[in-house]
Amino acid sequence: MQHLIAIPTFPLPVNFRIRVQICTVRDDNLQDPVITPDLIAAHGLSPDEYDRILEIIGRDPSFTEIGIFSAMWNEHCSYKSSKKWLRTLPTEGPQVICGPGENAGVVDIGDGQAVIFKMESHNHPSYIEPYQGAATGVGGILRDVFTMGARPIAAMNSLSFGSPDHPKTKSLVSGVVAGVGGYGNCFGVPTIGGEVRFDPAYNGNCLVNAFAAGLADTDKIFYSAASGVGMPVVYLGAKTGRDGVGGATMASAEFDDTIEDKRPTVQVGDPFTEKRLMEATLELMATGAVISIQDMGAAGLTCSAVEMGDKGNLGVRLDLEKVPTRELNMTAYEMMLSESQERMLMVLKPELEEQAKAVFDKWDLDFAIVGETIAEDRFLIVMNGEVKADLPLKALSGTAPEYDRPWVETPAAEPLGDVPHIDPIDGLKMLISSPNYAAKQWVYEQYDSQVMADSLRTPGMGSGIVRVHGTQKALAFTSDVTPRYVAANPFEGGKQAVAEGYRNLTAVGALPLATTDNLNFGNPEKPEIMGQFVGAIKGIGAAVAALDMPIVSGNVSLYNETDGSGILPTPTIGAVGLIADADDAITGLAREGHMAILIGETNGHLGQSALLAEVFNRVEGDAPPVDLASEKKHGEFIRTNSAWVTACSDLSDGGLALAAFEMAEAANVGVSLDTEGTAELFGEDQARYLVACNFDQAEALLAAAGNLGVPATCVGRFGGTQVSFGAQQTELSELSTIFRNSFADAVT
Amino acid sequence: MRAAVVVFPGSNCDRDMVVALRQSGADVAKVWHKDADLPQGLDLVAVPGGFSFGDYLRCGAIAAQSPICRAVVDHANRGGYVLGVCNGFQVLSETGLVPGALMRNSGLKFLCKTVGLTVETQDSAFTAAYSQGSEIQVPIAHHDGNYYATEDELKALDSEDRVAFRYSDNPNGSMSSIAGVLSANRRVLGMMPHPERAMDAQMGSADGQALFRALVGQTTQA
Amino acid sequence: MKAIVTVMLKNGVLDPQGEAVKSALGGLGFSGVNSVRQGKLIELDLAEGTDPAQIDEMCNRLLVNAVIESYQLDIT
Repeated sequence: MQHLIAIPTFPLPVNFRIRVQICTVRDDNLQDPVITPDLIAAHGLSPDEYDRILEIIGRDPSFTEIGIFSAMWNEHCSYKSSKKWLRTLPTEGPQVICGPGENAGVVDIGDGQAVIFKMESHNHPSYIEPYQGAATGVGGILRDVFTMGARPIAAMNSLSFGSPDHPKTKSLVSGVVAGVGGYGNCFGVPTIGGEVRFDPAYNGNCLVNAFAAGLADTDKIFYSAASGVGMPVVYLGAKTGRDGVGGATMASAEFDDTIEDKRPTVQVGDPFTEKRLMEATLELMATGAVISIQDMGAAGLTCSAVEMGDKGNLGVRLDLEKVPTRELNMTAYEMMLSESQERMLMVLKPELEEQAKAVFDKWDLDFAIVGETIAEDRFLIVMNGEVKADLPLKALSGTAPEYDRPWVETPAAEPLGDVPHIDPIDGLKMLISSPNYAAKQWVYEQYDSQVMADSLRTPGMGSGIVRVHGTQKALAFTSDVTPRYVAANPFEGGKQAVAEGYRNLTAVGALPLATTDNLNFGNPEKPEIMGQFVGAIKGIGAAVAALDMPIVSGNVSLYNETDGSGILPTPTIGAVGLIADADDAITGLAREGHMAILIGETNGHLGQSALLAEVFNRVEGDAPPVDLASEKKHGEFIRTNSAWVTACSDLSDGGLALAAFEMAEAANVGVSLDTEGTAELFGEDQARYLVACNFDQAEALLAAAGNLGVPATCVGRFGGTQVSFGAQQTELSELSTIFRNSFADAVT
Repeated sequence: MRAAVVVFPGSNCDRDMVVALRQSGADVAKVWHKDADLPQGLDLVAVPGGFSFGDYLRCGAIAAQSPICRAVVDHANRGGYVLGVCNGFQVLSETGLVPGALMRNSGLKFLCKTVGLTVETQDSAFTAAYSQGSEIQVPIAHHDGNYYATEDELKALDSEDRVAFRYSDNPNGSMSSIAGVLSANRRVLGMMPHPERAMDAQMGSADGQALFRALVGQTTQA
Repeated sequence: MKAIVTVMLKNGVLDPQGEAVKSALGGLGFSGVNSVRQGKLIELDLAEGTDPAQIDEMCNRLLVNAVIESYQLDIT
């Protein structure tokens, strides 16, 4: 066996890999490039990994084969750095129909119905071309959901940007938000929630985490495993272009300041085609013609075909000249790596082929038989009769490298120094002047939150709620993480992200069902970053186990670093809850004369708090500890006593002061809290809720709490036109103006 | 009352429109954009919101040239009722069934929120159940809802009492704050706000119910 | 043959996109930009000998909304 590669003895330019991909061969008459160490490195394959390829196939790979291996083995598709730890997450429960491994997770919601959901990142593409990057992120996650037979019913987005005064931030915010809206609005799915945060740590890497959920009958869910030999492999949807060739490799590469050169690899989205693709796919599924189906996402044709074959223990042959293309002279390499959007691969029942074709003709979409399933373990790629790749299929996914990356535990945080007393009204004003805690209507009014006419609670206040069409049931959705906490204490921060999701669902009266995780971290080859990852996973695992919210799907985005500087660890948790009867949802507003009842214990934990960061510009102390038993107990208390709760909010960033203000602001009624203590008002102790209810309800609630040993205290009252904390006060209208204008002021 | 809801490949409020009409007592069928004919004996055609053909070229422009739209124009010319909501309004304006055009919002952004509308006239099957001058709450969700008409058209709309709704607080730069207009025979209504999203207090407003109830009632008697 | 259709908003119709571009140029320090109008350009690849009257019809029936837009046709 001839080895073409020795370990390179010269340093490679950091960005070399991408440059090569842009200059891929564009002319049929040119030969495929010769495999050199540079070319291998440019594909993100380490010398060890290349040796492994040689071992598997027993010869030198072709250029197309190198491309296929690089697509299958990069971090994005293979989870090679994270797999070991992802396996430790709890993924099962009686409510779980299908956990991680398919396009999206499937959870039982009773009456033969299931909610199908996932969250996925599109960070790097969004940084390079914010509109298209974000739009195709939304497109990808919607495709994951309807590929399983579910009509999407809700979308959310968790967005993290750099400092508002960083020169790139404003254009990223406006581009990403317009892209999210542009795609989801046209597709026709309500965007009912999400998060937007700013921190200088995201200056060079914004995060765009897109969530989608759909609804299907439990007996009509479609999976990706192919079955049967000689079955037609069908290509559906938009034509293939050179979009994103090398994109999956890019998504796993660190950035540097030559990023502008990488623009050509960004794919362009077409929500109109995706809408038709969804309608056609769902219609086709109803005919019974679909055996298996897989979305073409990152590294399109390669990943989707391998996955279908691998799960069905079959080989796949593709004849690339049959692939519908929209550019001339596309090579096998380019077709196998193209990330053109709005495409699917299906295995169909041959006898229903005509029926299937009629559905796609109706929607004016491309439909082409591009190959077949074969009995041998082979991934055979043929173009005009010439074999371009001939690889053992199982080995492509099954033998992908897996690393046990070295990691070091994040050192315990230094204790928090003294925090001076602050006029609480000034503190609140400073918080709500920050785009992090200001009202986000500038963002969510650009999203259609009401299409499908089932939205019971649109963005702006905690969880979004969507009715299950034609039933009394409703589903609640939230996405949460506090990256500051995770950075200070990955384990508690991981727990907290889940706990906050649990509380947000509980606060609208929903029973938390399950979660999806979108784990965004820096370079896993650095032991301290890997330590953050490991700590967060352990925390998330502990919390989802204790709160019975198994992880049913997810996505890992690593290498979020620019010039060696990483993002805050950001494990976004998307959580879904069920409301058995929409009439019982807690969606009310505080009213004049309502009592303000605080559920949970207040110790005044100010470490890593919003107040500390925004007002004192200090990022210090430990994250608040999360007592999962209290979380569960207090959550159950709220849910079982929801009859006594008119309005409810969970307490998180900004503590009691911010929660009380937000409830008052939403209801346009004043609030007065008895205390003016900084730690009582702004401390971020966990497992707490603020409830607004009338006097009689309050009596019943306090009595029930007393019986169960749940801490509950009356901390003030809603009413009047002022916000007052102890003796300090101001007009609600003044605060409201600040709250509603600060976001737009900061980003426009 | 027999109603049909037109479905273009990019329609996404068709189901909502069907639900609202059925809830109000209509017998509703969907019709596909490639169909050249509407069902027999139809009282109302509703053109729903969405992005008909991706809203490429201009919103509603390609849809207005589809086979079904020719049938819709014929139906209107025979004196049939037509309701166009959001993208449906854009389609109707492109067919010329209602005057004017819908341009990009003055803020240049897509805008989704519940807005106040003033009912300007009771004199139509669509608005008969509202009291003139009352304010109703109805959601908007559009990128191109900025109503434009020539001065002469605006004068005609005013003098013939054909402005159905105006925004209480103009969100998109529309001329004279116009949110919905009637055809000369008062049987075609184009409006940007979504009454079909205001059918239930749980959704934030039930103010759209009166439009559908009046319409279904009126045409059933007729 | 090729036909280039340049579609512009009619004079007098407010062009919010043009206004936004103008103010953005001002924000970048470019002075003396009196006005910006944003339109679109549509390129048609046509069979040789296509009747110009037919191209006009394409413009009037689909490519241009005469309520707000005007167009110029260049045939090469």
